[in-house]
Amino acid sequence: MMDTHYNFAFLDERTKKHIRRALLKAVAVPGYQVPFGSREMPFAYGWGTGGVQITASIIGQSDVLKVIDQGSDDTTNAVNIRRFFARTTGVKTTEKTLEATLIQTRHRIPEQPLTEAQILVYQVPMPEPLFRLEPSRAEAIKMHALTDYGLMHVRLYEDIAQMGAISHAYDYPVMVNERYLMSPSPIPKFDNPKMHMNPALQLFGAGREKRLYAVPPYTAVRSLDFEDHPFEVQHWEHACALCGADQSYLDEMIVDDAGSRLFVCSDSDYCQERREAGHVGSQQAVTLRNVLASEPASAQPPNQEAA
Amino acid sequence: MTADVLLSARDAGKAFMHQGQPRWACRGVSFDLYPGEVLAVVGESGSGKSTLLRLLAARLACDQGSVHYDLRAESERDAAGLTDLAMLSEARLRWLARTDWGFVEQHARDGLRMAVSGGANVGERLMALGARHYGKLRGEALSWMQRVELDTGRIDDLPATYSGGMQQRLQIARNLVTHPRLVFMDEPTTGLDVSVQARLLDLLRELVDDLQLAAVVVTHDLAVARLLAQRMLVMKDGLVVEQGLTDRVLDDPQHPYTQLLVSSVLTP
Amino acid sequence: MTALLETLALSKTFTLHGRGGQQLPVFANIDLSVQPGECLALTGHSGSGKSSLLRCLYGNYGASSGDVRVRHEGRWVNMTSAAPREVFEVRRRTLGYVSQFLRVIPRVSTIDIVADPLRRMGVAAESAREQAAQWLTRLNLQPHLWSLPPATFSGGEQQRVNIAHGMITAPPVLLLDEPTASLDADNRRVVVELIRAARAQGSAIVGIFHDDEVREAVATRRFDVEQYRKPI
Repeated sequence: MMDTHYNFAFLDERTKKHIRRALLKAVAVPGYQVPFGSREMPFAYGWGTGGVQITASIIGQSDVLKVIDQGSDDTTNAVNIRRFFARTTGVKTTEKTLEATLIQTRHRIPEQPLTEAQILVYQVPMPEPLFRLEPSRAEAIKMHALTDYGLMHVRLYEDIAQMGAISHAYDYPVMVNERYLMSPSPIPKFDNPKMHMNPALQLFGAGREKRLYAVPPYTAVRSLDFEDHPFEVQHWEHACALCGADQSYLDEMIVDDAGSRLFVCSDSDYCQERREAGHVGSQQAVTLRNVLASEPASAQPPNQEAA
Repeated sequence: MTADVLLSARDAGKAFMHQGQPRWACRGVSFDLYPGEVLAVVGESGSGKSTLLRLLAARLACDQGSVHYDLRAESERDAAGLTDLAMLSEARLRWLARTDWGFVEQHARDGLRMAVSGGANVGERLMALGARHYGKLRGEALSWMQRVELDTGRIDDLPATYSGGMQQRLQIARNLVTHPRLVFMDEPTTGLDVSVQARLLDLLRELVDDLQLAAVVVTHDLAVARLLAQRMLVMKDGLVVEQGLTDRVLDDPQHPYTQLLVSSVLTP
Repeated sequence: MTALLETLALSKTFTLHGRGGQQLPVFANIDLSVQPGECLALTGHSGSGKSSLLRCLYGNYGASSGDVRVRHEGRWVNMTSAAPREVFEVRRRTLGYVSQFLRVIPRVSTIDIVADPLRRMGVAAESAREQAAQWLTRLNLQPHLWSLPPATFSGGEQQRVNIAHGMITAPPVLLLDEPTASLDADNRRVVVELIRAARAQGSAIVGIFHDDEVREAVATRRFDVEQYRKPI
């Protein structure tokens, strides 16, 4: 039931109009960071104010909202934001990706492929991919304007030179529409390929940095790499212990003092859907080989359980 | 002698406002530089030589006169031939600075990225121009490091771990990797130990010769001018008081200031 | 036959600004013309301006008035008014100069110093060094010296390096400033032969020869610079 003390979706209509205008600009120039007048929200910077302002500007009464945090619908963050919108809009909420029209996310893209009828809103802490490399904001803006991105490749070169491979595991830089360098937000690089030619509209909001950007449907999104060090996603040796999925992003949870690990789908809805469809995982934790254990003569090695 | 002019300064001048009045840091500078020519700009502190260098390299805009450069066209619609630098877009100037020009700073830290390795520093221009093969980039970096007599084993080390002379060599390699036709140098050896200076000058001399570079070298050291440059400008209080063949200016100075400068130099 | 080097009313006066503008006149109104095969010996007492005249011909000193013209690749180049790069071209291909004292680029080996003028003319490094070796041998400089920079050589050794450096490209016009001053009799003889060979090849030479014997052996004409001293 909507709380009538607030305007629909909390923001006043002028603000929504302002943000929508900014969003139109962003959609018109894929990957380009559009500054906007970020409003004071009832929670602090760093908790998704950017994403919330975008959602608040575009949500309508007929929408169905899903909110996830690290792939899960039931973490504190997700629960609070979902409740916030329930209170200020009265709009129907869901945990099922298939049912949602509007999905706000922090740090994951849902495993379930999205459709043209859906919008994905990302929470972004730092919208500027060049942030650590070029401290001057003015210079970074120039680099974007002139497609002067050698510096980012310098960073990737440096990773390979020092560590043998590109080290970004999340927030992996991408080229959008072969024009703008973009930070995809701290999603794992595993999710980067999902951004490419996605039928859904993808919007990105950074409240503290006061910038938003967009990737329109069916836009080319390419992760940066070198010809002889091509982009690769993470792989796991194990499948999800609950539903047996071997194509999804897995969370690794330590379940006892012996260091046993449970690998479980990060996307809780996806895992649930699979289980409802009858898929079953091993239901067991895995004890990984202790690579620090000394030779057989000394301590007993821990029990090796079948995975 | 049919080579075209590479760089042309025409009555170039730069003024800074001081207490509401313009103060001309340099004024009325004119010369034509041809491919393969090295021009030394000599003067003491406050002579305007550094300001002139920045005007020539389009880091400052002329308040009077102009600076022209012989552009090579990137595509049909680009400006080519001797073009007024003030007419060029920022994009074109940046591209120019990264391809056909080099700029060796007095302090290596101003001309290098200190937070990335030597190899990354050398490869940066190539990456900015679209090079995407790690192996080849590394190969180029190794080859240029050898060319400037740097230990190739240090390719992955940060420049902060290099000595001053090595940092300057790295700066030079970083600039030459795109085969520029014109290199600006701002006191390239000042501040280095004497023996290090000497070796660096030798390197510069060889590179200029081998690569047929044109260069504008700002220096207060007449010996550097004699060693590197065929031509010389002598500046005082923002004006060029004498110019000509280096050996002529140094051995038969005409202007009172030049005579003073030449006679002031200590010879061991 | 056209001359290879000419001067027209060439005058030189030094102005010492550090001494309140004191004028030091050297010579005035010199008209010279040197033909191929000639060796013009400049004469006059020490301080009469012989070296200065030679330096003016090379473009190392500026002319106070008048012109110096060099026949370069079929045309006249006015050294006094030419652009620096033209003067350099003339010096590279046509006009050689052996100075009184060797001024070297430090840390470059003797053989490379001597080979350099050939390399600047486009000769391959290998061949240039071979020719340099021949000249150094001719001038009695031992092979063990070739890889050393000449800064520590004796005056006579340095002078021989200087001569090799100045003559190796067989320039059509050659200026020699006291080429045998520090040499012993044997080496003087070698140098005399080299000069005569250059003359025979058609070079026009202007030189200052302190040694009477050498002058007698090489000069075809004399020119007394002292007569052109400008009165103060």
